[in-house]
Amino acid sequence: MKNAFTALLSADRQADRVVPPSGFTAQLTLFTAGAMAFLAVFALALSLASGRLAERWASALAGTATIRISAPPEQMDTQVAIVLSVLSTTPGIASARAMDAAEQRALLEPWFGPDLPVDALPLPRLIEITEASPGYDGTGLRQRLAAEAPGAVLDDHTRWRRPMAQAAERLRLLGLLSLLLIAGATGAMITLAANSALAANLSVIRVLRLVGAKDTYIVRAFVRRFTLRALAGASVGTVLAMIGVALLPRADEAGAFLTGLGFQGAGWLLPLLLPPLAAIVAFAATRFAAFRTLKGLT
Amino acid sequence: MILFENVGYNYGGGELLSDVALRLAPGSFHFLTGPSGAGKTTFLKLAYAELRPTAGQVTLFGRDARRLTRDDVALTRRRIGVVHQDCQFLDHLPLATNVTLPLTVCGKPGNAQDLTSLLDWVGLGKLADALPPSLSGGERQRAALARAVIMDPDVILADEPTGNLDWEMSLRLLTLLVELNRMGKTILVATHDMNLIRQAKSQLAARVLRIANRRVQLAGADL
Repeated sequence: MKNAFTALLSADRQADRVVPPSGFTAQLTLFTAGAMAFLAVFALALSLASGRLAERWASALAGTATIRISAPPEQMDTQVAIVLSVLSTTPGIASARAMDAAEQRALLEPWFGPDLPVDALPLPRLIEITEASPGYDGTGLRQRLAAEAPGAVLDDHTRWRRPMAQAAERLRLLGLLSLLLIAGATGAMITLAANSALAANLSVIRVLRLVGAKDTYIVRAFVRRFTLRALAGASVGTVLAMIGVALLPRADEAGAFLTGLGFQGAGWLLPLLLPPLAAIVAFAATRFAAFRTLKGLT
Repeated sequence: MILFENVGYNYGGGELLSDVALRLAPGSFHFLTGPSGAGKTTFLKLAYAELRPTAGQVTLFGRDARRLTRDDVALTRRRIGVVHQDCQFLDHLPLATNVTLPLTVCGKPGNAQDLTSLLDWVGLGKLADALPPSLSGGERQRAALARAVIMDPDVILADEPTGNLDWEMSLRLLTLLVELNRMGKTILVATHDMNLIRQAKSQLAARVLRIANRRVQLAGADL
């Protein structure tokens, strides 16, 4: 295989000319490699963006928790004080503070609008907790709260965080699966194109065998052609897709996922791996197809 | 050089050759005759390992043909020049490139002067750049012969090389084959052209073999 790669890289103009130019299969290979590389860049971008999203959601929600206190208005301040007292003596809690009415209004504003009369509504009070490292014992804290402040409910965001992180992680896996499928489809298409070229050139192959050509020589002539076509097509597809990704709107706070579907930093180098990968797929697919065809000839 | 020992060949639809015994000695000249379908082409294919015998043993340059790997077959064919009736060229390449194809496939550099001499010898010196489809039948046969000898093979096998040629062109090709034999090459020509055989026998001591009843026999003196 190493020798086959070396031979592939060393140009042999005479050997290249032995196989007649075949317009249809050449265009098919170029187009397939280009289109698949284009799709692969977006799948890669999706996968990377999903990975970043999963990390962001996990880190944003991890380490924080909220205590929701529901109590009659006249007992609310007492309950808040009790809870803050409990929290101040709970190991693993870095800080805890009660959110004021303005902060709660800001949280509700996206859902109910700016004119919400917060003061007139029996809203629960929220206490924001920042976790220390190592964290607190959630079960123990719940038991203490139940005993000392029955209206307080600890929400450690697990029920939000887990499905969101899972969704983002699955999106990332789907992106990777798409890359694998694209690689497989590229291999299949190039195998079909190679088979077509081999079938169209059976007479050429027979002549080459007749004059003493070894299988490796014949295979190399086809493999080199298809590998270089796949490399060229995938390079064009990758560059076009990278331009497309670069032109996407920049990430912002409001639409971080859809607008964050680009590459960041060294991530821009990853798509550059796609053309050589396409060439490797074409190399393997054509080599397999060529040796299989030659097996049927003497 | 090429040895057939009790060789049989079965296509699956019946036995085509049976109990064939023959030794092609170095420097010999043989004709192989027989009616169409008698097995002349099959015999030649066995002699350059395109086919493997279904019975007996074919020995090519001291090696059992059945034990040759695909690479061994390729190497063996570099020592056997084959001329087909339909010549079998790469039509998209010029004549000179077709003639040097055996050198190209084994990575040997071609010598332009040698090529010119070879093409002049077969009378195609001015057609080096012509594409095969533009050549006449005689020109194609002589080009095929040039391709067959460019590797300086030990043996030259020709399958009905004059089948599509007029008498004058056939004689020209025969002259080239006789010259090659005088240079020490082993020649085997499958043909049903009795006039060609008689003409050859007038110039050298050629043995004539005939395939009849699935066996290869030495033909009578009337030839």
